[in-house]
Amino acid sequence: MPAWPSDPRGTPGGGPRHSDVAVIGAGPAGMSAAVVAAQAGCGVTVLDLGERPGGQYWRWGPASDDGRFHHGWTAFRGLRDSFAGHQAAGRIVHLAGHAVFHVDPPPAAGESGASPRFTVHAVAGERERGYAAVEVSAVVVATGAYERQLPIPGWTLPGVMAAGAAQALLKGSAVVAGQRVVVAGTGPFLLPVAVGLAQAGARVAAVVEANQPLGYLRQPLGLARSWRKLPEAAGYLARLARHRVPVLRRHAVVAAHGDGRLRSVTVARLDPAWAAVPGSQRTLDADVLAVGYGFIPQVELLGEAGAQLRRGPDGRTFAADADADQQTSVPGLFAAGETTGIGGADLSCLEGQVAGRAAARHCGHQVPPAGPAIGRRREALRRFGSLLDAVHPVPPGWTQWLTGDTVVCRCEEVTLARLLAAVDLGADDARSVKLLARPGMGWCQGRICGAAVAAIVAGHRRPGRPDRDDLDFPESAVSRPLAQPVPLEVLAQAAQERATGDMAGSPDHL
Amino acid sequence: MSASHRHDVVVIGAGIVGAACCYYLARAGLKVAVIERGAVAVGTTGAGEGNILVSDKEPGPELELAQLSVRLWRRLGDELGPDAELEPKGGLVVAAGPEERRQLDDFAAAQAAAGVEVRTVGHAGLRDLEPYLADGLAGGVLYPEDMQVQPMMAAALMLRAARDLGAELRLHEEVTAIETAAGRVAGVRTSTGGLSAGLVVNAAGTWAGELAARAGLALPVLPRRGFIVVTEPLPRMIRHKVYTADYVANVASGSAGLEISTVVEATVSGTVLIGASRERVGFDRTSSMKIVGTLAAQAVRLFPVLAGVRAIRFYRGFRPYCPDHLPVIGSDARLPGLLHACGHEGAGVGLAPATGHLIAQIVTGQTAPVSLAPFDPGRFEEPARA
Amino acid sequence: MPDQPSPRPHVDISVDGIRWSVPAGSSIAAAFVASGHPGWRQTRRRAEPRGLGCGMGVCFDCLVTVNGTRGVRACLTDVREGDVITTERGSGFAGLAI
Repeated sequence: MPAWPSDPRGTPGGGPRHSDVAVIGAGPAGMSAAVVAAQAGCGVTVLDLGERPGGQYWRWGPASDDGRFHHGWTAFRGLRDSFAGHQAAGRIVHLAGHAVFHVDPPPAAGESGASPRFTVHAVAGERERGYAAVEVSAVVVATGAYERQLPIPGWTLPGVMAAGAAQALLKGSAVVAGQRVVVAGTGPFLLPVAVGLAQAGARVAAVVEANQPLGYLRQPLGLARSWRKLPEAAGYLARLARHRVPVLRRHAVVAAHGDGRLRSVTVARLDPAWAAVPGSQRTLDADVLAVGYGFIPQVELLGEAGAQLRRGPDGRTFAADADADQQTSVPGLFAAGETTGIGGADLSCLEGQVAGRAAARHCGHQVPPAGPAIGRRREALRRFGSLLDAVHPVPPGWTQWLTGDTVVCRCEEVTLARLLAAVDLGADDARSVKLLARPGMGWCQGRICGAAVAAIVAGHRRPGRPDRDDLDFPESAVSRPLAQPVPLEVLAQAAQERATGDMAGSPDHL
Repeated sequence: MSASHRHDVVVIGAGIVGAACCYYLARAGLKVAVIERGAVAVGTTGAGEGNILVSDKEPGPELELAQLSVRLWRRLGDELGPDAELEPKGGLVVAAGPEERRQLDDFAAAQAAAGVEVRTVGHAGLRDLEPYLADGLAGGVLYPEDMQVQPMMAAALMLRAARDLGAELRLHEEVTAIETAAGRVAGVRTSTGGLSAGLVVNAAGTWAGELAARAGLALPVLPRRGFIVVTEPLPRMIRHKVYTADYVANVASGSAGLEISTVVEATVSGTVLIGASRERVGFDRTSSMKIVGTLAAQAVRLFPVLAGVRAIRFYRGFRPYCPDHLPVIGSDARLPGLLHACGHEGAGVGLAPATGHLIAQIVTGQTAPVSLAPFDPGRFEEPARA
Repeated sequence: MPDQPSPRPHVDISVDGIRWSVPAGSSIAAAFVASGHPGWRQTRRRAEPRGLGCGMGVCFDCLVTVNGTRGVRACLTDVREGDVITTERGSGFAGLAI
């Protein structure tokens, strides 16, 4: 990283401000933003849900701190060391285990002279459930993304988990999820998950990819520019071959079976619309199904703070619009990493650096402009992200794999039959289905089931109902005024005095 | 305009009031079409708690309407079935201190004289009714007639019952104009065509004023914003709808500022709903941590067990209110054939069946069971044309 | 499991009254999975078992009561010495029903 000229306001003993910038999320984008902003002389408060920095991409724990199963470990170690250095110097305050539930944008122009301030509200501690508020001049939202799931019969059985969950067990706690694992879904992420499990000694019965990655060859321009990414995939495939893990393409796990826990899965070949080809079903024994169908950006904090969002290519996700400085439509509010669109860890780090730099400038620090190379590299990485969307789509034919008794909304245990009964009653758009049958009304507020309900509703719309994305998956579907559950007594505290410039509580250390 | 169907009445709006109008009109034998620009119950009904109350109404026209409506809801509950989640749970109004208790007792006595069932409850009796209620309250009044329903389901079920009787439901279609001929209503023009009918019912809720304007008429229905905080699902810990005595004063207040009282009730699904705030801020959809946090604090003061319970969401709704806090029910003398059924503020769910019943009575030329004069659309002194 | 170079420190916790010894730095979810319990919660409507879902705090399937705090996400929370963990049947608040 380039060295910045030192900023007199940042000199030790000169009282660095711990409340210039709030960075929400300590994954690749968040850590990069925090380090760059701190380097530029800002006081940075990082609020993160996890107990350790690194986010999901660099999930690690005391037993797994040697880079095994990790990608880009050297880069992470360097970033983690810089992060720790800034913490020790008091420039970064790291609030681990903090669940940010709301970001208040600055009040409308007209406040007396003082520069406009954001208030970041968080639940402090998953166990402790206290209240923390941070008042800052700039906010970088780097809340990442989570995996998209498709409901299938039996998907609620213990042992069925997100592909990332199996990886988090391994990387975070050095625990192998089970004895016989099937890794399924779509997207390049399945490969490192399978390799990690195989290397850790699990028997990976199969990798089941629903799409046909030869699709990359049909995207010639994207391929040429993303040449660097190919050897990575080839390397994973080679390692899977060495571990004798079969890789099935154009196949999916269409059902999971077991008695209180997973025992086996049904794998079927898919036609281009993703209907299961009759007669192609096979059963595989498995006690773990690690599954994921791409990623969904977590943008609710941004949307609620007034940032402009744009609909993703398949109509089922939203990402934040950000300019060349990673600034959203709200001045002082920046978005970096997967929140601006799924693009992987390298892009997240780059966007984080740009956001950190711009946030520092927004706070009045002198920061040299980024060279054009950064913009070009960002564009190249973004193009690869779009390429992934094109090669790993999720057509709606999967809805045919379901039976009436399949639970679609896990939190409220709403079955397909109940959803269809609501449609029958006249609810033929996502919002009215939600009001009548309650999918999306539980703890997760529709994060897991929202896209699935949209596909089901779209597939059952009455003749005459316009075919519109905003009816199947309205922007209000990602509008969550409380981005995390909040104890009522914490909400009560949020109504009172805002936090002052000084931080409540002492800085955390790794 | 293409007149593709033969209808007697067009009801504009498929919220709880529109659904009730459609239901009672269909049962009276009329051919009804409901036209809704969104889907069923996605307006204020979708933000409702499902309150069916007599407890918060002072003796007068609205209480009469509410008493009629509660009787009708009991019958509807049987007809619509258990999916409507009609619960005759009763309402408990609590007073914090002795002065508030005196005012509450006076209010309840007047309601009792008007035929409302009331039971005064002393300090000790409160905890028998609600074991988790905070200690130190002066007393309260129990209203056994208060009920709760799932308003979206109730609206959908009423519409289905009406459709079984031949009514037509048209969703995602917006009425752009009310067509007239020879000074009378002739039908409606919509975003996808139109309908001819001699009668139109404006049940457009918080947008009823906007709709009336499309007919060139002024109707002073304005939004009054409210927030509701929703908790994670809980086992049954709160039996009644419980609210503080200042609620009634807040409803009646003409203040444009924030009116905030404490309302807490459980639902069949297990969540607890916490209200109630009232503000006149137009259709401002931004969130207010201050209001939401105050609602949370109040709920915890009333039910300390809720302190560690988590809110999983909050939402806002826009109650349609008129300057005198009474709904608009009846024929519009300015345009024969146009009726209004709107402006119910926060009592739309409770008053819907009575409203629908009255509309059906008016349309079929029968005598209404309550006086319609207080709800007359012509009661506002408005400028000649909007 | 691949060979560990040296034994990891462990912490003692209690789970539904039974003492478990768990490697320090494990999440509570990992502790359940590693000891052969892929499911540890029972849903309130269909009384079905749930365990690890998303692994990152988004799905709320892995909820568990820790030292009296209900609805704690086991995937986000590391074990600590002396933790008293109780599994939730129907709801973490089930004991408070009237």
